[in-house]
Amino acid sequence: MIEMQHVTKKYPNGVTALSGVDVKIKQGEFVYIVGPSGAGKSTFIKLIYREEKPSEGRVMVGGINTATLRQRSIPTLRRQVGVVFQDFKLLPLLNVYENVAFALEVIEEEPAVIYKRVMEVLELIGLKHKARMLPAELSGGEQQRIAIARSIVNHPKVVIADEPTGNLDPDTSWDIMRLFETINEQGTTIVMATHNKEIVNTIRRRVIAIENGRIARDEQRGDYGYEA
Amino acid sequence: MNSGVITAMKPRTFRRHFRESFKNLRRNGWMTFAAVSAVTVTLLLTGVFLVIMLNLNKVATDIENDVEVRVHIKLIAEEADKEQLKMQIESIPEVESVDYSSKEEELQNIIQDMGSDFSLFEQSNPLYDVFIVKTARPQDTPDTARKIEQFEYTETAVYGEEKVENLFSFMKTARNTGAVLVAGLLFTAMFLISNTIKITIFARRKEIEIMKLVGATNGFIRWPFLLEGLWIGLLGSLIPITAIAVGYYYAEQALSARLSAHFIEFIGYLPLVLPVTGLLFIIAIFIGIWGSFISVRRFLNV
Repeated sequence: MIEMQHVTKKYPNGVTALSGVDVKIKQGEFVYIVGPSGAGKSTFIKLIYREEKPSEGRVMVGGINTATLRQRSIPTLRRQVGVVFQDFKLLPLLNVYENVAFALEVIEEEPAVIYKRVMEVLELIGLKHKARMLPAELSGGEQQRIAIARSIVNHPKVVIADEPTGNLDPDTSWDIMRLFETINEQGTTIVMATHNKEIVNTIRRRVIAIENGRIARDEQRGDYGYEA
Repeated sequence: MNSGVITAMKPRTFRRHFRESFKNLRRNGWMTFAAVSAVTVTLLLTGVFLVIMLNLNKVATDIENDVEVRVHIKLIAEEADKEQLKMQIESIPEVESVDYSSKEEELQNIIQDMGSDFSLFEQSNPLYDVFIVKTARPQDTPDTARKIEQFEYTETAVYGEEKVENLFSFMKTARNTGAVLVAGLLFTAMFLISNTIKITIFARRKEIEIMKLVGATNGFIRWPFLLEGLWIGLLGSLIPITAIAVGYYYAEQALSARLSAHFIEFIGYLPLVLPVTGLLFIIAIFIGIWGSFISVRRFLNV
């Protein structure tokens, strides 16, 4: 599903965020990306949804080589990759329904299909009854669930999450994690960068630790491994 | 593999963009208001100024076109000599028309203008027979007069030397200044409006970023913004166009009545209002779309 070969990422300001990274993530896996701040986690994530290009090496996502992907074809990749952020990135002027439906509108889906699919997903995240509310009227946890709904509404093969629980209290974080587990059980690959030691140590999954731009550890059913 | 994204727009999608562009105007209420009022104010200024400039130009042209050379024919000239002089004058390339006016006709004109006291001169007419010469371009009048002076049967050729030349140079300056001012105003209007639109779009760069994240193509993102720009332009042109259409109707009536005594005539209602409002309309649409296009492009390519 996702494959990185000898990936190095240097930014124009001279910072080397990743160097010589080799990783293979199979379809249906659930992977935590852990490591100290500034170690390269975010760059790792950004390479997958082609926010950044590798300076050297190859990044393959669902058969697409992101390094050679033309600018105008980036949307093709983005439609196979759902993205969830710490700050939710919802459109504040659109209501819940519109925010989720948006991801289907851009792929020019039939209106009837959009309605059906959005309602299904809102049902899944338990916010069907708040479909007409604006993001600002909802709690942080609810907003994150909407962001997750948007990321999965078009059936992507992989969902990338960058600190999805970073802004949430512990109880809410567990709710969000349960949602990710449910999505993963349906066959969607999950790649999640996180600082949440408790979650990583409780919901045991593959852990890739990045330190100083290199992979320090890659364990099936690993633990967080750092003092939080 | 990658070509799937770039397909022709479905009618449904276009309707979606259409709907979305209207919704966005409403959602971004204050921004819409700011952009629309920027268009309104600048177009109104431009429009009013255009109306004034065009009319001044019309008055100036009218005055210039009244400039003529009066060729006094020597008293000794016979019919044949006059005919010869006329042909000589007509052979000057700049000359447009040559009209003959006998000294009797000239006297009648004076009596009409100045009163019947002058009919005393009917006994012994002191005037000359004249050719009234008009040049195709008013500016050629002085040179033409000088040439005509050389002809054998010309007594004098008068055109109000000093005054006419002063008038011409004044008109030239006035026109150039006006043209520069109009150009400057149009430029300011474009700049102000596209900047306002840029600011409203800048406030929505997060929206564009998110659209890109969920896999929207650049075209898909751009369309609603372009349509929004179009509506902003159209909405902004409403008041200026109405104001000029209504305002000029009354202004022309009121001023024409007062100034026709001074032989000053304004441009008629439709011949002025149609081109000016048409121009404002086109500027509004162009600026709206262009302003959006430029601003969105900046955020799409990052």
